[in-house]
Amino acid sequence: MRASRAEPGTGKRLMPSILIIEQILNGLQFGVMLFLMAAGLTLIFGVMGLINLAHGSLYMVGAFAAAWVAGATDSFILAMAAALAAAAAAGALTEILVIRRLYSAAHLDQVLATFALILIFSEGTRFVFGSFPLFLDVPQQLSGSILLPGGIQYPLYRLTLIGIGLLVALGLWLLTARTRIGIQIRAGENDREMIAALGVDITRLYTLVFALGAGLAGLAGALVGAIQSVQVGMGEPVLILAFVVIVIGGIGSIRGAFIGSILVGLTDTLGGVFLPEFFKLFMQSDAATQTGSALASMAVYILMGIVLIRCPTGLFGARA
Amino acid sequence: MQKILLTAAIAAMLATPALPETKVGMITTLSGGGAGLGIDVRDGFMLAIKQSGRDDIEVVIEDDQRKPDIAVQLADKMIQSEKVDVLTGIIWSNLAMAVVPSVTAQGKFYLSPNAGPSQLAGKGCHENYFNVAWQNDNLHEAAGAYANTAGYANSFIMAPNYPAGTDALNGYKRFFKGEVANEVYTQLGQTDYAAEISQIRASGADSVFFFLPGGMGISFLKQYADSGVDIPVVGPAFSFDQGILQAVGEAALGVVNTSQWNKDIDNPANAGFVESFQAEYGRLPSLYASQGFDTANLLISAVEAADVMNAAAFRDALRAADFDSTRGAFAFGTNHHPVQTIYVREVIREGDVFTNRIIGAALENHSDAYAVDCSM
Repeated sequence: MRASRAEPGTGKRLMPSILIIEQILNGLQFGVMLFLMAAGLTLIFGVMGLINLAHGSLYMVGAFAAAWVAGATDSFILAMAAALAAAAAAGALTEILVIRRLYSAAHLDQVLATFALILIFSEGTRFVFGSFPLFLDVPQQLSGSILLPGGIQYPLYRLTLIGIGLLVALGLWLLTARTRIGIQIRAGENDREMIAALGVDITRLYTLVFALGAGLAGLAGALVGAIQSVQVGMGEPVLILAFVVIVIGGIGSIRGAFIGSILVGLTDTLGGVFLPEFFKLFMQSDAATQTGSALASMAVYILMGIVLIRCPTGLFGARA
Repeated sequence: MQKILLTAAIAAMLATPALPETKVGMITTLSGGGAGLGIDVRDGFMLAIKQSGRDDIEVVIEDDQRKPDIAVQLADKMIQSEKVDVLTGIIWSNLAMAVVPSVTAQGKFYLSPNAGPSQLAGKGCHENYFNVAWQNDNLHEAAGAYANTAGYANSFIMAPNYPAGTDALNGYKRFFKGEVANEVYTQLGQTDYAAEISQIRASGADSVFFFLPGGMGISFLKQYADSGVDIPVVGPAFSFDQGILQAVGEAALGVVNTSQWNKDIDNPANAGFVESFQAEYGRLPSLYASQGFDTANLLISAVEAADVMNAAAFRDALRAADFDSTRGAFAFGTNHHPVQTIYVREVIREGDVFTNRIIGAALENHSDAYAVDCSM
């Protein structure tokens, strides 16, 4: 053990309050990206009553499209546009070719069929892009970190993600609350047969909602792909959490998906950091780390359990 | 409804294809996450078989999809209906633990090109089990030894919460003489490390040791580079192998990592391997490819010396390890795991390609901590 050591730049022990604020920002950023996934999932479930396991594959399609376009053009904006377009197109195409035949099927048949879609998308992507992860990086203008008030150093790209996520949430709210399409979507959630009887082209509406959900998933995949690895199977872990989110928020509710995402994001992030520290107060370091980490990985499911005990249809869920 | 969604979530979790005298069954990961590792092992192995020009070795290849139950089924099928003599190929330790003990108990040989769980190196060692790569702890131990020579006194250490992750942190701590600032277990398959990076920033450590294989390492390194934290990182080669370096990009430049192999180890076998691998597959080989290549050459050397039907003679031929390894001289310890030099490498850029170069040796003629528990 040495008495002192030279420490460049950031190495000083910071105030715990700064650490807590930083972790809250991390949780928020994770939450809003989760929201982009969960919003599509909950819309598709709410409007069409369809459980779409392949939603994670659309996330992957977005990330691969972005990595490919970014590699070819060096433009991040074009890459994001490509991700949105490719995932929306892939979504619309699967809706027309496959999903459309599943609306009247039982939920377990839907699960089986969309599970098959996961395998087809994964192996198809591997066939086209190979088994090795692709490169997608944060654009030059957004790389590095900035100093926030209070002395918090935070990556600029993650702040941008929080901003984009909040903008999309606002946009979705405006779409569902203020536009004609939004009225049709909400009506579809309440009574599908009735709006079809009223002359709304339900087939077109379904394709549109599916493409919208897919596009959002693709955008999330591309945005997150820049700071994670773009590889086959990247969507499935996010999909599981997105399901947890819509169960917590209430199925079919955009507002529920938003609140649920933020709750899950914060619980997962803060739990992972502070539970092991909490156990260190009265346990040995090794054991505390193990117990805390194990409990932290269960935290979001415990949260889901508590919410379901209190409100069985989720926080904002109307239907049983 | 909730129940169906839960079922759906669980289903999603599960998601992730003249008569030879010696028949080899290769079970490895060729699809799903982590397929790159299996493909490298397979390509390295088949290259050596092709170069030997032998037509008396038949290789049957099957994909385990990184699932222990499938690996077990494949092993049963290969032994019972394909009648293989030797099995090989498994990448992941949890799959190896499910397959290897039953394979060796049925009198077949198993040559591991990658996974080296501590259980199979110590009390659970077996005369028919040979590991050509390393015991799991080895590269982490070397990282600990390197941290001492680099003058680090206070490390933040991090690995996924699963058996190989625990082995990794224990391996590092076994050789590292400094203090541990914080010990963090992440979730297996975790993709966001913002929380851990904030902890690193606040920890006051002078070095970071991490074991995050595959995609986890890509995510961590990219996010770390972007975070403005400038504490040096050290890790085993698994996050810096040729297959994933291009996806990490500049974020990995200059990072020090430990490996038993690199493409610049100076011996004729290695030079020939690197050149022919590139010619055959159009990419640089990774350490996994070198392990596959060495495994096949070990097998070929044994086939040349003895008949696989004569188990005792074949076992002696394997133990002699009379082949030209890409790592230079190659020898097995008493528990049939390699005794070898583990190098320190640094990530560099050669033209457009990110790769590694050796900057020194971390541990020489290194065996493993479990050999003493093996009675063979």
